[in-house]
Amino acid sequence: MPQLTHLDRLEAESIHIIREVAAECENPVMLYSVGKDSAVMLHLAMKAFYPSRPPFPLMHVDTTWKFREMIEFRDRKAAEMGMDLIVHINEEGVRDGVGPFSHGSALHTDVMKTQALKQALDKYKFTAAFGGARRDEEKSRAKERIFSFRSAEHRWDPKRQRPEPWNLYNTRINQGESIRVFPLSNWTEPDIWQYIRRENIEIVPLYFAAERPVVNWNGVDIMVDDDRMPEELAATAVMKSVRFRTLGCYPLTGAVESTAATLDEIIQEMLLTSTSERQGRVIDVDQSASMEKKKQEGYF
Amino acid sequence: MRLTDDLIATDIAAYLEKHENKSLLRFITCGSVDDGKSTLIGRLLYDSKMIFEDQLAALESDSKKVGTQGENIDFALLVDGLAAEREQGITIDVAYRFFATDKRKFIVADTPGHEQYTRNMATGASTADVAILMVDARKGILTQTRRHSFITTLLGIRRLVLAVNKMDLVDYDETVFNDIVEDFYAFADELATDLEVQPIPMSALAGVNITSRSDETSWYDGPSLMEYLENVPVGDRRRSAPFRMPVQWVNRPNLDFRGFSGQIAAGTVKPGDRVKSMPSGRQSTIERIVTATGDLKEAIAGQSVTLTLADEIDASRGDVIVTADNPTEVSDQFQVRILWMNEAPLLPGRRYYLKIGAKTVMATVNAPKYGIDVNTLSDVPARTLEMNHIGVTTVSLDQAIPFDPYDENRELGGFILIDRMTNDTVGLGLIDFALRRASNIHWQAMDIDRDVLAEQKGQRPAVLWFTGLSGSGKSTIANALQKQLFALGKHTFTLDGDNVRHGLNRDLGFTDADRVENIRRVANVARLMSDAGLITLVSFISPFRAERQMARNLMADGEFIEVFVDTPLDVAEQRDVKGLYKKARSGEIKNFTGISSPYEAPKAPEIRINTVDRTPEDAAEEILGYLKEHGFLGS
Repeated sequence: MPQLTHLDRLEAESIHIIREVAAECENPVMLYSVGKDSAVMLHLAMKAFYPSRPPFPLMHVDTTWKFREMIEFRDRKAAEMGMDLIVHINEEGVRDGVGPFSHGSALHTDVMKTQALKQALDKYKFTAAFGGARRDEEKSRAKERIFSFRSAEHRWDPKRQRPEPWNLYNTRINQGESIRVFPLSNWTEPDIWQYIRRENIEIVPLYFAAERPVVNWNGVDIMVDDDRMPEELAATAVMKSVRFRTLGCYPLTGAVESTAATLDEIIQEMLLTSTSERQGRVIDVDQSASMEKKKQEGYF
Repeated sequence: MRLTDDLIATDIAAYLEKHENKSLLRFITCGSVDDGKSTLIGRLLYDSKMIFEDQLAALESDSKKVGTQGENIDFALLVDGLAAEREQGITIDVAYRFFATDKRKFIVADTPGHEQYTRNMATGASTADVAILMVDARKGILTQTRRHSFITTLLGIRRLVLAVNKMDLVDYDETVFNDIVEDFYAFADELATDLEVQPIPMSALAGVNITSRSDETSWYDGPSLMEYLENVPVGDRRRSAPFRMPVQWVNRPNLDFRGFSGQIAAGTVKPGDRVKSMPSGRQSTIERIVTATGDLKEAIAGQSVTLTLADEIDASRGDVIVTADNPTEVSDQFQVRILWMNEAPLLPGRRYYLKIGAKTVMATVNAPKYGIDVNTLSDVPARTLEMNHIGVTTVSLDQAIPFDPYDENRELGGFILIDRMTNDTVGLGLIDFALRRASNIHWQAMDIDRDVLAEQKGQRPAVLWFTGLSGSGKSTIANALQKQLFALGKHTFTLDGDNVRHGLNRDLGFTDADRVENIRRVANVARLMSDAGLITLVSFISPFRAERQMARNLMADGEFIEVFVDTPLDVAEQRDVKGLYKKARSGEIKNFTGISSPYEAPKAPEIRINTVDRTPEDAAEEILGYLKEHGFLGS
């Protein structure tokens, strides 16, 4: 008799979750951040409904500071998959010229990401939004449910989480409330990479090492991706063989020096490496327990 | 034990091939902080290299700042996640942890051990294959050990590790260990007959018998904890059970394809297998097992698949596809065990949503037969269930559903209860057995049915439900209306709060639970009267929306007419016909609606009556007009 491997079981659980949302929630959307976790989540959604298409659109909250390669990849992928893609930008933020170089990472992230996400969810009246977050990423995520409820003001209340016994999810909400659903909750970073390898899932080339122009900003190596970088900073650029372990706004995403140019080499590097994934992200290190606080304020 | 397989550096491709075929084990750890539970989990993560350098640096600095191990690493800090918890030094919820070895990936449900977290432990246990029960070697089997054993076996776990921790503090004394194990076996027999227990002496702090067997316990010849976790069978019972798949989603991309998508709850399935769709019982044959990467020759418990059938069968979400040889039972009444999970206690008689598999139905939960004391495992009397209490009771559903007893199948025997107003998940339930089989139920088909009875009286039956504060004028208006209807030759009856409480409901008081039961009985009597063809006038304060909704649901469509006698509190209190408000204000009467108990005004009543500056007769005329207009009074 065949045995299920750990990837088989994780896949089956995620598909179950995704189908449950499609069957019970009125107006779901899949948040697509263009990163590797999003790639896996989209792949699982395609599998869940085959031969039908997933009965919900993708949505990308575009801070306007994402790597250009991410945007190209996003548009091509959505078209290939035949998925509807909604792109939302906080136009007020654009009008005020908000950006990481001029306003700092905290304000930029709040305006262009957190506020933008709330705007988009309110605008389209989505009742459920899939996100690719995993419990192994951060301590407060370890205690978050797979179906995570948000008040009409998008706030998370850790004390009012609903119990989730077995695979039974209570999807009922009151007017104005919404749910964040995390189908990858039980995956770890090695699981994600191994699944990408097994299923041959295409990911943004930025994950693979290549010679790229980088500068050192606030102690982190970041890539020169366009001419909005202050000139004096851009002038310090040097070519290095680097890759990215997570993808976000290019000024806020630290590059790691690497020569890992294939999937196997990336996984090899990760298994031998000694720092955790989120360390390259500037937003987490602001203060202790910062993710928990951000979540309560409405960050995904 | 760490992931320091040489292959990672030398031949990554070979390493990855090997690791694609790991299995997955879910387990739960039970015990309080004092027993070293967090230390154990922290160590498992640490030893399997799930802690990176930056986390380790943070851990070292935290250990010095707030740790309890002096200059040593406090592994417990790794797993106490939320800021609130770190401040209070407690664990308030279920946390899920992950680690992997070369053989397996592990998902750990880390739950607190105190009695007030029984619900969290039950949630963690519901998906676990194995439970680790932490026992302090110095203290032996305690009340909480019994409680943890009971909850985990209640939720269906049949493989337990009795982790006798802190052996270093008793000098690794074999007799201490043996005595504890003997104590445990003495009561474990009562829990379940098919229980497999693995006792292990250990020290989480010193790392003894965690990843490999240690010299300190040379007298012990069993496995280390990790050896056990890596080798214990997974999912074997589920796979050998009869085939079950709840239909989660009907897959219809076009007219030529009709698939039933779901996650297989038990057993295996192959094309050509004879199956039934429950509850209808219609038979067919599996045609294909469709996945995005090609059809499968066989699928097994745990997989999410899409099945197509050889015949056009009208199955929908919530139905269950089962093997034809050994189908599920179908019923609408069950004996169940319920664990209550909400701060507001169970209200027997109230209707809740019940979700089981992919099906959601309405359920009435009856008063508990008895409760179970989780510490002594003995039966205790119970009228309701408070948070974290477990009781045995019966539920009746508004439709029959396919099921298996929980002890045979977790997915088809486990359910949650959802409050219809707050949408909170308020209870977790396990089906024991059906009280009757649905196939045996058939209502006595009467030749003289309700339509005939109503026609004979020249009217359409209706239930006029008068709700409003005490002294609002409900009974006065109902009386006036009944006189007018009588004058028109209509057949009526009035059910009044005061007279029903003297007879039918004299055993009930005024607590929330009793008010719910009061209304349930009255609503059922009103239903019988409308079946008899009568126009029934029900005059009850009925302060809760949920109960009025329950009454509405009970009646035939369009026959429930909610009449909201909308008299403001100050006006009603001024009238105070029976002198009750005065007594309520002085505290002589407790739970008095409007004063010390809430009144939930109707949001969309069929009729709203304003009584200020108006005679009862005038108000009755208005209601009469409504009845005429809607055809209740015949031609």
